Amino acid sequence: MLRFIVRRLLQLIPTLGGLSILLFVWLQRLPGGPEYALLPDDATAEQRAMLRRSLGLDEPVMVQYLAFLRRIVQGDLGTSLQTGRPVLDEFFLRFPATFELAVTAMLIAVTIGLPLGYLAARRRGTALDFAAVGGSLLGICTPVFFLAFILKVVFAERLGLFPSAFRLSPGISRTDITGFVVLDGMMTREWDVVWDAVAHLALPGLALASIPLAVITRMTRASVLEVMGEDYVRTANAKGLHRGTVRTRHVLRNALLPVVTAVGLLAGSLFAGAVLTESVFAFPGIGSFVYIATQERDYPVLTGFILLIATMYVLINLLVDISYSLLDPRVRAQ
Amino acid sequence: MSSSTPLLAVDDLSVVFHRRGSGETRAVDGVSFSLEEGRVTGLVGESGCGKSVTSLALMGLLPDRGVKVGGSAVMRLPDGEADLLRISQRRMRDLRGSQLAMIFQDPLSSLNPVVPIGLQVTEILKRHRGLRGNAARKEAADLLYRVGIPDPTRRLNEYPHQLSGGMRQRALIAMAVACRPRLMIADEPTTALDVTIQAQILELLKDLVTEEGTALLMITHDLGVVAGLCDDINVLYAGRAVETAPRRPLFADPTHPYTVGLLGSIPRLDAPRGESLTPVRGSVNDNIAWTDGCAFAPRCDHYTMDCLQGPPPLVEVGDGNGGGHVHRCVNPIGHADVVDREVLESPAVVGDDEEERG
Repeated sequence: MLRFIVRRLLQLIPTLGGLSILLFVWLQRLPGGPEYALLPDDATAEQRAMLRRSLGLDEPVMVQYLAFLRRIVQGDLGTSLQTGRPVLDEFFLRFPATFELAVTAMLIAVTIGLPLGYLAARRRGTALDFAAVGGSLLGICTPVFFLAFILKVVFAERLGLFPSAFRLSPGISRTDITGFVVLDGMMTREWDVVWDAVAHLALPGLALASIPLAVITRMTRASVLEVMGEDYVRTANAKGLHRGTVRTRHVLRNALLPVVTAVGLLAGSLFAGAVLTESVFAFPGIGSFVYIATQERDYPVLTGFILLIATMYVLINLLVDISYSLLDPRVRAQ
Repeated sequence: MSSSTPLLAVDDLSVVFHRRGSGETRAVDGVSFSLEEGRVTGLVGESGCGKSVTSLALMGLLPDRGVKVGGSAVMRLPDGEADLLRISQRRMRDLRGSQLAMIFQDPLSSLNPVVPIGLQVTEILKRHRGLRGNAARKEAADLLYRVGIPDPTRRLNEYPHQLSGGMRQRALIAMAVACRPRLMIADEPTTALDVTIQAQILELLKDLVTEEGTALLMITHDLGVVAGLCDDINVLYAGRAVETAPRRPLFADPTHPYTVGLLGSIPRLDAPRGESLTPVRGSVNDNIAWTDGCAFAPRCDHYTMDCLQGPPPLVEVGDGNGGGHVHRCVNPIGHADVVDREVLESPAVVGDDEEERG
């Protein structure tokens, strides 16, 4: 198992290396470089050229790439043009908020999607099944920012059930340990903080959960339907086993395998999805920060964000592969 | 056995599938036979004749919706008689695995790929015999050993993909015999295996029937298997039994043209080189409804207009001393010169007991 993990970690290097080249080429090719963002519109061509020189943009491409790569490897993602502080520091500051949001979304998607998909398969062709399939189609089709906006208007502004913005209500005091509000609140037993943070997570979490929820529901349903028709389920029934044993040990255990993969892929996509959700709810995470960065042409932040998403993807996929090999003995053997 | 009531008496069993849009399909259309302890009864016929559906109906494993099962299947149980087709699902679950068990065709797909063999055996011991923990594991190892799996304790922790085809089928047989059922149904248990393994599996089944006095219902299209294993044979065509007889009369004096055709289609080693095989012409889809006449008539070389005057009745062959030899034919073949004594005498069950090593 350890060798498997080490081998997978080594595979990270070419993946991220390839990505760095793509990123670099993308930055080179983009029209309207940073010299347009940093200098006022009436700056002269000479001033722009001077800035390019000072940023090293006049060096040969290879030199620029190697410098770029060296900085990344050293964990230097550059300095944010918006704030003037290192990009990595900005990310670290905002990472806990986004992570909490992503975990909330995944929890919602899994705790609703799995049982719903399973029940829809068991009651195939009933109203419940149609509602689950139709609802998930709607979930996939609805743009996240639109859903986020509707949720905010209806549940926060009209009905006033949930707060409409930020991570915590203004004026609430809390002890900061890890930066994760819910976790800190639990550790220090400041339950009012936990409750307040959860209320703030509810709507953006639900908005962000919509696509994963829809995908998990559909995949679980399809997978359970397929497994229920398998010969080994018939064998289990032929042995006279109790229904519950057949359903858990023989149906669910096999049906969940493809769902695990889907959950991994969806978890990776949550960080990208957070950009829109966070900006609607003014949620102070990486997403809101990046949203502003796109408007300000803050290239170091954008580059860093893409690298961050890619790294998350690869790490989550590693986790999926490891859990898969624990769940499926056929994979372990290879 | 000459006990007054058989272990299982299947009477006029019918299974009709209703499919939205395409009307109904009569998969089994009035099949009757009985099973005795310690005897092997064969259900023979080509694909689509209703063999497997019959077995699934007896086990109560047909889907809940879109299926109508008729007739009766009365089984002698420790606490009296019960009609397997009428008892509650809960009671059926109690009987399955303990009183009646089934062995399926494809051993790989019939085993759960992500559950160790050991658990797949112990779960049935726990369900019906209340064995748990080490007692269950020990009994499971004993069972695997009894069906000829070497090093059974190690095998308990292995997964189906780590076993060879023959070993998998042995493991399934171990599960089937785990609670000493009085009735076993084997649905083409050797089809997915290669020939030497087939012989070993058949030998194992034969031994189990002899030692335990189990009744075995053997479902197959392979007349070699029938000749080597079955005491009584039912030949099925289009959902009905067309000829029923003990082994010897069936092979020596087959009277129904379909049985004769099946026997004639067996490839022979002593046939001249290059001679083509003699199939039963047409396919199982070329039939007419039994209510209109003999379903086999469109494929039969001997049919007359009499064959199309309603369903042919089941009649006793010869002067009434046929010894249980009956057929459903108004135009039977008197003396079949296709008698395949080779098949009857052939050692379909090879004596060679060489164990395969997985």
